[in-house]
Amino acid sequence: MTSIITAIAFVILAPILGGLVAGIDRKVTARMQGRVGPPLLQPFYDVAKLFEKEDVTVTPSQNLYIIAYLVFMVVSGAYFFAGGDFLLVIFAFTLAHVFIVLGAYAAYSPYSYIGAERELITLMAYEPMVIFTAVGLYLVTGSFYISEIATSTVPAILYLPGVFLGFLTILTIKLRKSPFDISTSHHAHQELVKGLTTEFAGPVLGKVEIAHWYENVVLLGMIYLFFGFNPVLAIVVIALAYFLEIFIDNTFSRMKWQWTMKSGWGVAATLGFLNLVIVYYFYVGV
Amino acid sequence: MAYLKKSPWLLHYDASSCNGCDIEVLACLTPLYDVERFGIINTGNPKHADVFLITGGINEINREVVKNTYEQIPDPKVVVAVGICACSGGVFRECYNMAGGVDQVIPVDVYVPGCAARPESIIDGVVKALGILEEKRTAMKEKEKQHGN
Repeated sequence: MTSIITAIAFVILAPILGGLVAGIDRKVTARMQGRVGPPLLQPFYDVAKLFEKEDVTVTPSQNLYIIAYLVFMVVSGAYFFAGGDFLLVIFAFTLAHVFIVLGAYAAYSPYSYIGAERELITLMAYEPMVIFTAVGLYLVTGSFYISEIATSTVPAILYLPGVFLGFLTILTIKLRKSPFDISTSHHAHQELVKGLTTEFAGPVLGKVEIAHWYENVVLLGMIYLFFGFNPVLAIVVIALAYFLEIFIDNTFSRMKWQWTMKSGWGVAATLGFLNLVIVYYFYVGV
Repeated sequence: MAYLKKSPWLLHYDASSCNGCDIEVLACLTPLYDVERFGIINTGNPKHADVFLITGGINEINREVVKNTYEQIPDPKVVVAVGICACSGGVFRECYNMAGGVDQVIPVDVYVPGCAARPESIIDGVVKALGILEEKRTAMKEKEKQHGN
């Protein structure tokens, strides 16, 4: 019963929380650059405005893919907060990304084609580390279920520092932050125009934005799992981790896709895999 | 509620400008003027834009480019001509390959004079354009209603 309530709470509250996080992100970014920055509610204004604009669609099927992207993002997030199977959450999450890539491919534009190809590369880059995160949490807490991992009294972070650092690295890729924002350049007047979302305008772009808010909340929720034994500490770490991501965003320029692959697989191989080997041999488990 | 005024994304196009007005447009984005305070983002993608900001006069080569870009911007949209060249062709007005100001190709809503236009006047022009954008939105809504009936 509680799982249904948390799932519904996620569906309602996540866009609000995600939008606020995006607003704080822009404000902090502006302050780091010595500017005042937009109001805190600016992301909400942006999305509300997008829904007021004319709907210009060249290929109607792209809109269907974006709806599928939003729906699967909400479903995987709701299942995550309902305490479901971590592996299923990851698969539904990946499926959502496949849909946005299909949406970008459906729109015949060289910019969105290149954006889609780069998005597939980033998917490939971060996926191993996400799986290692799930496996690591399983080895330590003895369950793949989010409800059991989150309420476990085992201090997972002490056993999985490597996996946590690896997860932070791929978080930069997943949040599309600067060194790895190869698929959607944050500032559109650059080589990709806007990559993946070049051909989406008006209400459709608004849906992409809302799906991104849901996504961010789920990703920050994944950090919580490492600190399930102490909720207060978990929230502090989530705030610090997000601040770190903003800081990295503002201090790095974009890197090539080769670097994204190397970083993603590099941290997965060294930090993630080594950490798992050590845990497997020296920790008997629950 | 109207949110257009709170989040105008602008597209900046340099139609044969001497780069004088362009650096002033970009100066608006720097920490000193910081137009992002008003939710203004420089998008570079016509499909995401609300305000079409053009510097420089129109010549025969970029006539079609400007027209094409303008048509790709979803309604409601406004056009701001920045600098004297964009307003009327300026000193290049009599040149053999010049069509003249931006209004020779697409309807212009706000003219920002100056050579080069100062960042303050550019921001003023964009803010003035937001009022027109709002009017266009209500007109669009009424048109939609009529079509609905």
